[in-house]
Amino acid sequence: MNNCQRLLISTLLFLPSLMIFADCGTLRGTGDLLLIIERMTGSVVIAETTNNTKLCQLTGLGDLSHASVVYSRDQRYAFVFGRDGGLTKIDMLLGQINKRIIQSGNAIGGAISQDGSLVAVSNYTPGGVNIFSSETLELVAKIPTPKSSKSKKSRVVGLTDAPDKRFVFSLFDTGEIWIANMSNLKKPEITKFTGIGKQPYDGLITPDGRHYIAGLFGEDGLALLDLWHPEKGIKRILGNYGKGQKKLPVYKMPHLEGWAIAGNHAFLPAVGQHKVMVVNRNDWTQEKAINVHSQPVFAIGRPDGRQVWVNFAFPDNDTIQVIDTDTLTIVKTMTLGKGILHMEFTPRGEQVWISVRDKDQVVIFDTQSFKSVNTLNVIKPSGIFNTSRAHKIGL
Amino acid sequence: MPRFFSQLVFGICVITAVLINTAQAGVSEQRAKELTYLLHQDCGACHGMTLKGGLGPPLLPQNLINMSVADISAVITYGRVGTPMPPWKAILTDNDIHWLSKTLKAESNE
Repeated sequence: MNNCQRLLISTLLFLPSLMIFADCGTLRGTGDLLLIIERMTGSVVIAETTNNTKLCQLTGLGDLSHASVVYSRDQRYAFVFGRDGGLTKIDMLLGQINKRIIQSGNAIGGAISQDGSLVAVSNYTPGGVNIFSSETLELVAKIPTPKSSKSKKSRVVGLTDAPDKRFVFSLFDTGEIWIANMSNLKKPEITKFTGIGKQPYDGLITPDGRHYIAGLFGEDGLALLDLWHPEKGIKRILGNYGKGQKKLPVYKMPHLEGWAIAGNHAFLPAVGQHKVMVVNRNDWTQEKAINVHSQPVFAIGRPDGRQVWVNFAFPDNDTIQVIDTDTLTIVKTMTLGKGILHMEFTPRGEQVWISVRDKDQVVIFDTQSFKSVNTLNVIKPSGIFNTSRAHKIGL
Repeated sequence: MPRFFSQLVFGICVITAVLINTAQAGVSEQRAKELTYLLHQDCGACHGMTLKGGLGPPLLPQNLINMSVADISAVITYGRVGTPMPPWKAILTDNDIHWLSKTLKAESNE
C-alpha cells in the first residue's frame, strides 16, 4: 500500500467523524440543544430538536451509570455528574469538554444554584455535598454528613437547588433533610431536620420552588418540607403511598424528579405497585390511583401538563404508557424495545425523546399523534437532558 | 503499560471465570451473556454499572470475601428484608442465580 492509498483509507475512515463533528462549533443558539448520556461507553451525544439530528459525540467522561446533567443559565455549558464522582463541564456550542474533575469516589447527581454561580454534587463515598464554582470547578465549600456507621458518612440523595441561594438534600442512611444556605460561601448556613423517615432515597422540589418532598424507602409515605415555612418542620404526607396491597419486589426504584403537575393534580410513581398516584396539590392527599402496565419509574408531565408519560421497571421496561391528565385514563400504550430508561420533552412538549437502551436508539415521537418522527442511533442511551432545564427550579 | 497488563490479566481471568462457570452451572453461552448484561445494567441500577456500589452495596471481589456462593445465592433469591434488595426468584432460575453468585465469587478469587 502506498502513501496515497493510506491517505485515502485514513480519510475515508475519519470522514464520518469529521462530518459529525463539523456541526459543533458553528454559530448557533443553544435553546434547542440536548445532551444524551451513553452510559456504557462513558460518552455523551449532543443533539438538537429543531431538525432532530445528532451534532457530535464526546468521550472520556468516565462511569456514566445514573449520570445526570444541569445547565448554566446561558444554556451554553452542561455539567455532567458521573457515578464515579466525575464532574465534567461541557461547552455545548464548541462540542468540547471545558473542564473535568473527579470530586469524590461515588456520586449521585447534583444541582446548580439559582444564580448559576455554584454547582453542588451529592456524594455516596464519602457521603456529603461538595460545592464548586460553576466558572472554574474549583471547590468552594464542603458539607460533610454525619457518620452512619463506624467508617461511613451518610449518603446524600435528592439534591436540588431552591430559591434564595439554597440547596436542599436528603441523607439516606441517617434519615434527615438539610437546607444549605450558600449566601456566605465561607460559612454555609445549614438547617437540619432529623427523624424525617427511614431511608429517603430521592427528593424533588415543586416547580415553584416551595415544597421539597423526599420519597422514603424504609417506610410508607413521603416527607414534605415547606420552604416558605421551614420553622413548621417536616410533615408526613400520603401515608398510603406504597400501602394498600401486598407490595411487590422493586427491581428499580422510581424517580421523583420531573413529576407531573396538571391543574390541582400531581402525578407520581407508586413504589412497588402497578400504579401512578394522583395527588391533590393543595392538601397533598391522594385522590386516585391509575392502574398502569407495571411498576412505574418515571412519570413525567408534558410541559403543558396535558399528558403524563410513564416508563417501567425491569423486567417490563419495554413499554411506555401515556396518561391523559384531563380524563385520568391511559390513552396510549407503546412497546418500543427493552430498556426504556428515560423520556425528555422538547421545551414546549410537541415532541418527546425516549432512550431505548437495548436497541441503542433514541426514538422521537410527536406527542399529539404518537407517530414516530425520527430515530437516532445512540450507544446504550440513558438520561436525556434538554437545555431548557437551565431555567427551571429543581432541574 | 503495567496498567494495561493488569487490565489484560484481569480481563482474561474474568473470561476464564465466566467460561468455567458457564460449564459448571449449566448455563448456556447465550444465557451467560444475558446474565452478564443483566448484572451490569439492571443490578447495576442500584449497585453501579461497574458494581462499585450506589444505593446498593458494592459487589466487587474485595466486598464479597466474607460471603460464600450459597450466601450470595440466598440474597439474590430471597432479597434482603429491610433493604431495597428485592427477591429475584420470580425472574431468575436457580441455575441463573448460582451462575451469578459464582461469577461474583470467582472474580473475588483472583
